[in-house]
Amino acid sequence: MGVRRVMGIETEYGISLQGAPHANPMVLSGQVVTAYAQAHGIRAARGSWDYADEAPLRDARGFDMGRGVAHPSQLTDEWGSDDDPTMANVVLTNGARLYVDHAHPEYSSPEVDTPRDGLIWDRAGELVMQEAVRRLAASPPGINLYKNNADGKGSSYGTHENYLMRRSTPFAEIVRHLTPFFVARQVMCGSGRVGIGVDSKVPGFQIAQRSDFFEVEVGLETTLKRPIINTRDEPHATADRYRRLHVIIGDANHADVAGLLKLGTTSLVLELIEAGAIRESLTVRHPVATLQAISHDPTLAALIELEDGRKLTAVQLLWRYAELVAGHVERTGEGSEPHTAEVMQWWTQVLTKLETDPMSAAREVDWVGKLAVLQAYRDRDGMEWHDPRLKAIDIQWSDVRPDKGIFSKLRAAGRFTELVTADEVQAAVTSPPEETRAYFRGRMLDQFGDAVVAASWDSLIVEVPGQRALHRIPMMEPQRGTRAHVGPLLDASSDIADLVDRLRADEPT
Amino acid sequence: MAGQEQIRPTRRGGDDEGPDSDGGQVSATKANLDQDVDGLLDEIDGVLESNAEEFVKSFVQKGGQ
Repeated sequence: MGVRRVMGIETEYGISLQGAPHANPMVLSGQVVTAYAQAHGIRAARGSWDYADEAPLRDARGFDMGRGVAHPSQLTDEWGSDDDPTMANVVLTNGARLYVDHAHPEYSSPEVDTPRDGLIWDRAGELVMQEAVRRLAASPPGINLYKNNADGKGSSYGTHENYLMRRSTPFAEIVRHLTPFFVARQVMCGSGRVGIGVDSKVPGFQIAQRSDFFEVEVGLETTLKRPIINTRDEPHATADRYRRLHVIIGDANHADVAGLLKLGTTSLVLELIEAGAIRESLTVRHPVATLQAISHDPTLAALIELEDGRKLTAVQLLWRYAELVAGHVERTGEGSEPHTAEVMQWWTQVLTKLETDPMSAAREVDWVGKLAVLQAYRDRDGMEWHDPRLKAIDIQWSDVRPDKGIFSKLRAAGRFTELVTADEVQAAVTSPPEETRAYFRGRMLDQFGDAVVAASWDSLIVEVPGQRALHRIPMMEPQRGTRAHVGPLLDASSDIADLVDRLRADEPT
Repeated sequence: MAGQEQIRPTRRGGDDEGPDSDGGQVSATKANLDQDVDGLLDEIDGVLESNAEEFVKSFVQKGGQ
């Protein structure tokens, strides 16, 4: 299998109305979704999401949390009336979901099957948000969006990764072997932040946006008492075969290499776990405190103490995982598979740079690139870390507008290594990935959008003119409904009735 | 896209061993960074919000997931 598996990224964007910091963010987020949906003829008000199979309170450890004890923000499957803009929720022709999640507009990428495609469809989401902002700017003051994860005043919002796993892998093994990896992973994938602590009260710079917001090792919550390993068990697929591992600890990335490594190295470590190929204990003694200590030390000298007494830097611990993966893919023969080879090559290069001189990874890793700019400012203007100008640069780094976003400006100037082309990203705004069921979803929205009454990750509900009953098309297998499976069938279907008949005939999804 | 060749990571324990491929590149990158750092800051100066303090103060988010 190597690095390939079904995966995806959900990103909640920071949102602001200039001059009105206390404007209702749910209403603003609804305006973002609606602005994009209306411009593309997508019916936002219809709330087209089929929630029948969602179960956000199901816990991977095997019990359901009672509704009575859940915080209201955990109830992601309840929704209001059709005309409530704060519940705006649409599916795009690229297979993604664009909607209001709590107080943020969120783009959930379509399911992809390589880290590279994950990068492409995540960046496509940036263009979606960019277009929404451009359209809203027509009515001043407009609404601005930021691809970051913290406001520096105590609030954080997530960028979640999802990985399809075999149900047969014991969850305890995932917790055991993934926790040390997540404690260290931030040095490759963190996006950097000005300020220490959830409210940034302590002046300074740290590696990851999110690390200070994690309080426990394992748990179901995502908005409070955030856990390093999230147990939400909502597979959106055949539950006895699959688990969807919901990872909430990552930062939103702008840099391609860091983004590729976030998805790629995690997928490879999951492969190790599924194969039972980690035979040593890398258990960290105090994972939560260590997570934060690592984030607070951009020199990368901070040590991770293992339960067996060994002390390693984050880079050394990541080398250990990289070696285990390299040995494993060599044995399975997957090491030469191009996507796996690409991830392994960057993994090796970035770790080498980080251990030689962390600042030498400025073209590959977000936090390093950000720190280089901030340090240059400090050197030129003698700024202290509490200087509001440094905080402003930190926030503006992630502004989605190409003429305002500092990262965008620097990337355009060739200061970051790009792994995908602007054309690939642009095409992904409207086209779905071809190797997962997202292809079927996206093509259906494109070709028969008027007939699709509701959609979800694992189903579509369509209305056939002249028929009273709606048709529900289940899509419980994430690797079916690909271009190879349903492309010819969709091409041949003249209308929705014809398509439903053809689906009945050979049930390809 | 990376080539097909297999890359075997090797841990570089001590400081006696430099990176084999881009040790030279690292210092070159640093020199370039120093050289055009002024240009870099000029680029950013051009787009920075004029009232940093007010801008930072008004960036208030509700917590999310």
